[in-house]
Parts: sequence; structure tokens; C-alpha cells
Amino acid sequence: MNAHAPLPALETGCDIRQERGQRAVFCGLTGIVWLHRKIQDAFFLVVGSRTCAHLIQSAAGVMIFAEPRFATAILDERDLAGLVDANEELDRVVARLIERRPDIRLLFLVGSCPSEVIKLDLSRAAQRLSRSFHPDVRVLSYSGSGIETTFTQGEDACLAALVPEMPRAAETGAPALLVVGALADVVEDQFARLFTDLGLADVAFLPARRAGTLPAVGPNTRFLLAQPFLAETARALEARGAKRLPAPFPLGAEGTTGWLAAAAEAFDVPAERFARVTAPGRARAAVALDLYRERLAGKRVFFFPDSQLELPLARFLSREMGAALIEVGTPYLHRQHHAPELALLPAGTKVVEGQSLDAQMDRCRSEKPDLTVCGLGLANPLEAEGLATKWSIELLFTPIQGYDQAGDLAELFARPLKRRARLEV
Amino acid sequence: MQLTLWTYEGPPHIGAMRIATAMQGLHYVLHAPQGDTYADLLFTMIERRDARPPVTYTTFQARDLGADTAAIFQNAVGEAYARFQPQAMIVGASCTAELIQDDPGGLARALDLPIPVIPLELPAYQKKENWGASETLYRLVRALAGGTPSARDGRRPLCNILGPTALGFRHRDDLVEVTKILAALGIDVNVVAPLGATPADLGRLGAADFNVVLYPEIARAAGLHLQKTFGQPMVEIVPIGVQATIRFVEAVAAAAGVDPAPVLAGAPSRLPWYSRSVDSTYLTDKRVFIFGDATHALSAARVAATELGFKVVGLGTYTRELAREVRAEAALYGIEATITDDYLDVEAAIQAAGPELVLGTQMERHIAKRLGLPCAVISAPIHVQDFPARHSPQMGFEGANVLFDTWVHPLMMGLEEHLLGMFREDAEFHGAAAPSHLPRHGVAAPQPVAPAPSVAAEPILLTWATDAEKELKKIPFFVRGKARANTERFARERALPLITVETLYDAKAHFGR
Repeated sequence: MNAHAPLPALETGCDIRQERGQRAVFCGLTGIVWLHRKIQDAFFLVVGSRTCAHLIQSAAGVMIFAEPRFATAILDERDLAGLVDANEELDRVVARLIERRPDIRLLFLVGSCPSEVIKLDLSRAAQRLSRSFHPDVRVLSYSGSGIETTFTQGEDACLAALVPEMPRAAETGAPALLVVGALADVVEDQFARLFTDLGLADVAFLPARRAGTLPAVGPNTRFLLAQPFLAETARALEARGAKRLPAPFPLGAEGTTGWLAAAAEAFDVPAERFARVTAPGRARAAVALDLYRERLAGKRVFFFPDSQLELPLARFLSREMGAALIEVGTPYLHRQHHAPELALLPAGTKVVEGQSLDAQMDRCRSEKPDLTVCGLGLANPLEAEGLATKWSIELLFTPIQGYDQAGDLAELFARPLKRRARLEV
Repeated sequence: MQLTLWTYEGPPHIGAMRIATAMQGLHYVLHAPQGDTYADLLFTMIERRDARPPVTYTTFQARDLGADTAAIFQNAVGEAYARFQPQAMIVGASCTAELIQDDPGGLARALDLPIPVIPLELPAYQKKENWGASETLYRLVRALAGGTPSARDGRRPLCNILGPTALGFRHRDDLVEVTKILAALGIDVNVVAPLGATPADLGRLGAADFNVVLYPEIARAAGLHLQKTFGQPMVEIVPIGVQATIRFVEAVAAAAGVDPAPVLAGAPSRLPWYSRSVDSTYLTDKRVFIFGDATHALSAARVAATELGFKVVGLGTYTRELAREVRAEAALYGIEATITDDYLDVEAAIQAAGPELVLGTQMERHIAKRLGLPCAVISAPIHVQDFPARHSPQMGFEGANVLFDTWVHPLMMGLEEHLLGMFREDAEFHGAAAPSHLPRHGVAAPQPVAPAPSVAAEPILLTWATDAEKELKKIPFFVRGKARANTERFARERALPLITVETLYDAKAHFGR
């Protein structure tokens, strides 16, 4: 389940280190908070403890009362006594849930640390429940447990569970493009328009907005990862014959151009057409980024590990905004998927995979960065120590990909600096 | 297995964190999987603390499972001791670590650290947050409490204050008010615990003459232990509301052997006069539904009924440990208590009771918003806005002032909204306009979004006769919504599909007001 395959180290100019110890990161359950909004007829049922329910409640904040499509089946003592009983209990809870929410078409049973440790077999439960609710509701399972997944890896596990459900694509004819990774609807629509303008006829997105409209996949499928945390999903797609197009991730104008270019090259789009189609976006992004460059140029930035978005974000900040990188932490580093990013990072960039929290905080304090990108558990304590911070979770909930969000992305980093400069108290 | 969306309480180790974070010089090593550090956010974001909670997590992962996790735990304890140099430590397991059955107490003991290391047994699959806080405080007090009271000759009486924690609803400001009262009575405070106390301070608990327990859910067990061990009497009156504060002052004064009269003289709270002033007359018999932790729900019910003149039409708690007290209190109002930790049950109870004001937690705030009802927050769980920058106690005489303003404010807003609704109606001639801040649901006919099983479907389709509708418009705007609702309820109960002028007045006669 862990992100990176044991590959030989690539030749990069970066200084890549690994660190182990206490980790201040979310578990994969958190992915539910944005995934359920993307797949509009899916429901996410966590099988876990009160802690899991409490986590989702804390992460979802005020959203929890907008009739969200997620919940927790809280294990109690009786469930721990014997597995047979737990399975019957799960069936009862699911039946009650589906009765209450007849609009659900796809139900994810999401594994947690407690359910993994007691080895409750959720994949068998999903098969069993799928049979009993066929054809109205499809039931799938994946693990969002903290012992197996970190934050965004929950999305990876979820999408990987969808891959076997995707219809088989025709093996002859023109190849199709699949864009993988949950994007805000507005971003997805922008990318769809760009691909159309580039002349790509057959472009689909995973996850689809509705469970019943999963795109097809097969040897004729080329896929672009829109997010950097999709190791398992990519592996599952490759197992079905699809081919990954190596590209930087579509953050910032440069990343977006590189990402689109990977598709354009694979689908033989003429260079002139590519330049013409991307020109307006590049021009708008250039104008938007100019607004924030002065604020960010030369600023020394420190990334704590959180989402695996850290490398592409660091690349954007350093190359397009002129920031200096002190340390780029990432919970996992998939060397192959990140190869184009590593190649673009300034030589000597210090990349740290994993975490030993107190040691990393010591390094951060001694470096006194101008801006520290970190989770909400660290942000206020570091601010109180005099460091400007940007809380990283926002980067998952805000549309940041593509040309027209490049300025917004820069603004997210510029705002805390502007605020620090503004406040006189 | 219980199907859950909202939980009123976190798991018990969150309660232990609330104690550890409240204290100084104490460190908590929690055997927990990667991801459980989310709990830090509650303290750094919701309570806006400026330092990380004093908690080290082992954050084990799947690859560590097996013999490795015990070693990881021991390393974490050793490193936390070396780095933070605490006066004492607490060690324990979260829900997942409870399953893998490493023994935090035994493993920590084997390290033979030169400080007290107190193991916590917090059964995560049976108990919850407040129990965890209570148990942790009790274990700390049991392990560390020491000292003896000195002879009384000449010195001022001395007491401990037990109960305020991190992430407690208004604990910071309640403590200020209670300390102020004690100072005015000439009583010195020996130790406040856990908020701001060190393990060394707990070692002085025995020196006090008596204990003040502010939040029974959290500190009763510790108070009882001190009573047994040091013979310290315990004052357990929760001083929320004017009368409760007076009883509190009297009880504390009695325990200390001082005169309460100077503190009670004059008009220490504005609530009684505000409540008697004619502007408050319209508060009489306002139907109020109350839900929260037992301490705050019980106090709120008494204040609502006897200090503001409301009619308590619903009372409940998620604190099962104090269910008996809440049931007894509810019986005084002729109602049955709602004892549940399922917010859907609470929503159904609110709908069934038909209140005009809801006093509750963050969840009830959302329920009330959906039902188009005014609401004020009286209890945890709460969100960031209920850790205000301004002084905002619930306890003591100033707390009573805060309660008056906080509870009456949404009702005043309700009047304003009706006023706005009337003007809009006059211009556009439609009576179903909802208050402007509640665009989707009318006040009279709230629609539950989630199917609530206990709410029966409404079979009768009601029609208002034209002359009855006209007559309704003659009723003053500020009671018109209520008149409409009452009339429709009356018609429904009697299966009258057409509401005539007669129905309107029959209903008025039936319900009064």
C-alpha cells in the first residue's frame, strides 16, 4: 500500500534523505472529505472506532451538517469479541443505511486501523453486500487506515478500488486519454476544454462525477496523473494495460504546460497548435503570477510533509516565484512519478521523505524560514514562535491546478506574508 | 456497531489529552497509529493554543506491527523524557494500540525513569472523552496528591479548585469568576487543577481545607478521592445562574467558615433586574429545549425556568454517567429526559417538543438552523467561535449576565426577522416568506432533511380559507407565525382540512396567548 515501489534511485540533482520517527500527518480517512463531494452518488462508510468518527468530524468541520455522504460504523466491545458477529453487525448497519439513503449507488466500506488490526475482511464483506444489493448498489472497499495510508493516499486507495470496476476499452482504434485524480469541477472543465481545443477527441476523468459513468480502460488508454499521490491507482491502471504519460504535475503555468505537453506529444498534436491553444492560458497565468512575485521572490520556504504535493509546489514556488527552498518534506516519494519534478527542482534541493517530528521542528526553528508550509497542528505553535506559516490542508480543498488557478495558488502562499506585514499589533 | 455521523464526545484518550494540555510540566506518551495526531488540531485550532499539546505519539504504521511496536513505544517514552524533561508522565494507548496489546505501563516502568510515570487504562470501545478526562485527573491526583493542612489559627481559609481543562467550554473565564468570588470571601486558592497546574502542584493538594469541584463530569472522582484521603470537604454546586451562584457562595463560605453576606450584598448580577424589566415580559413561557453535557443542561434548565421565566419543554444530555440526575430534573418540568448520544434522536425530540428556543451544543445549533429556530450554545462540543477572545464566563454573577444576553439575543433577532418579514409581506403579499437568514425552510413547516424515523408523515393537506388568511393578517406580526403554526396544529389534530375563521379562533381559544 505504501506509495513508492523499491526502485533504484534516479539520477537527480536533489539531496534525498529518509527519516523515521513521530509523524504529524493525517490518515487516509481524511480523503473522504473531498472525495464524497466529487463522486456525487457514492457513500463512504468507515468501519472503525470513535476516534475515526471524531477525526472525520474534526476534518469536515461545518460540512458535516450539509447532509454529507459519509458516516462511521463504530466498533464496540461486542464486535471485538468475535468476527462472525462483526460481519453480521456490518450487514445490519449497511442495510439500515441503504434504507435511509435510497439515492446511493456506490458504497465504499473504508477500512481503518482498528478494522485492519482485528482483520475484519472488508473486501469479502463488500462482495457479499454487493450481491445482496445488486443491481441497485455496488459495494467496494479500500483502506484509509493510518497504519497504511497518509492523508491523500486515501484517495489513491479509493481510486485503485474503482479501477477493476472500469469497463474494458476497445483494443483497436485511436487511443484515449484518461486524466486521473480528483480535481475541482471547475478545473476539470477547464482541462476538458483545453484537450478538446488540442484536438483530443476521447478524454475521460477518473473519478467520474457519478458512480455509473466510470470511464473505460485498456491497452489503448494513455493516462495522465493530475495528482502526485496516485501510486496504487497507476499500478492498477497499468495492470489493465494502460500507459502512463510521464509529466510534471499541473501546478503553476510551467507545470500545466509540461503536463498538457505530455498529452499533446503522445497524441501527436502539432507544436503550432499546442502553442496556439495554450497561449491565452499562459498569458493570463503570467499576468496573475506577476502580482505575487515581488512578495514571494527570495523568500526561504520550508515544507513539512503532508500530502505529496510538496515537490510540485516547491518546484512552482522556486521556479515561477523565485522562492528559495530550505527543505521539502514529503510523506512518500514515488521516484518514478516524481522524476519530472525532481528534474526541475534546483540542484541540491534538500528533499526529506518521512518524518521525525521533533528533529524536523528543530531544523525548521534553526533555519528561521520566511514561510513554513505545515499542518494545522503545527501552524499556530510555529506562528507563536514568530514563523509565518501556510497551512497545507487548504491546498487540497482549493482549486489550484491549471493556468487559471496559478495566480490563486501563488496568492495562497503570499497571503500569510502580506498579513504579517500588514498587522501592526 | 453503531452508525454514527456526529459524535458528541471523542474517544477517552482525547479526555486524557485535555488534562495533559491543561497542565504544565506533564507529558503524555500515547501509543497510537499514524494519523491520531489529528487531535492536536482541536487544541491548536479550536482553542487557538499557541503551543503543541504536550503529547508524543508513537505513530506506528503497518510495517511496524509485530514485536516492533513495543520498542517504538519505549523509544518514544525515552526520547520524550530526554527532550521535555517533564516532572511526571502519563502513558497509555489509543483505540488501535489497545487492540495490539502492548502494555504501556509495564513498558514505561521498565525504563525506570527518575520521575513518576502514571499508566492510564482508558477502554476506548466502552468509554468516551469526559470519562477519559475524569479518569486521568483521578489517576494523577491519586498518584501525586500529598501535603497536609496547616493549623488554621490566624491564616485565611485555603481551597483547591478542581475541574477546568483544556478544550473546556468557557473554563478559562469560569475560573476567573470563581476565583474572584473566593477572593472576595477572603479564601485563598491553594491549587487549581488541572488548568495551569504542574505535577508538583498536585503534590500540594492535601494542604487545602476543602475542594471546589466546578465540573462534576471531570473532577468529581478526584474530589471524592481527596475527600477520602485528606478529609477535605467538597463543594460541588455548579455556580451557573444567579440562584446557583448564591448557593455556591453560601456553601463555600460555610466550608471556609466565613461570612457570605458581603459578597451577596447589593445587586451582584444584572440578570434579575433585566429579567423583571417589562421588556422581558414576552419571554414568559417561551418554549425552550435544552441539551448538552449534564452539568450545563441541568444548570440551564433551572436558569431558564426560574430566572428567565421560560417553559422547559425538552431536557436531555449525552452524559450517560449523570442520566439519573437529568431524568429527575426533567420530571420536575413534567417531561421525559432525552438521554442519547445520537443527534438524530435529539433532532426528533426537538421537532416533537416544538420549542421556540433551543439551548444546546454545536450540533443543536445546526439542527435549530435547519428547523428555523433561534438557538444559543450552552455546552461542549463547540466550535472555534465558542472560544471567544472576550471575557465570557458561564459561572458566577457575571456569567449570569452573559447567559441573559446570549439566550435572549437570538429571540430578539427572531422579532427583528418577523418585522422584516411583515414589511416584505405587505409589499409582496405572500405570507409564507421565511426569515431572510433562513432562505430554504419556513418557520412553520420544517422539513427534516434526513429521514427521522420517529417523525410520522403528515397525511392531511391543509388549506386556508381566504377570509381566514385575511383574518390571520390582522394578528400582530410578532405573534402571527406562532398563530399560524398553532392553528395548523389544531386543524391537524382534529383532521380539519379547511381552516376557516372559526378554526383560527377555536385554535386561539384552545392554546391561549
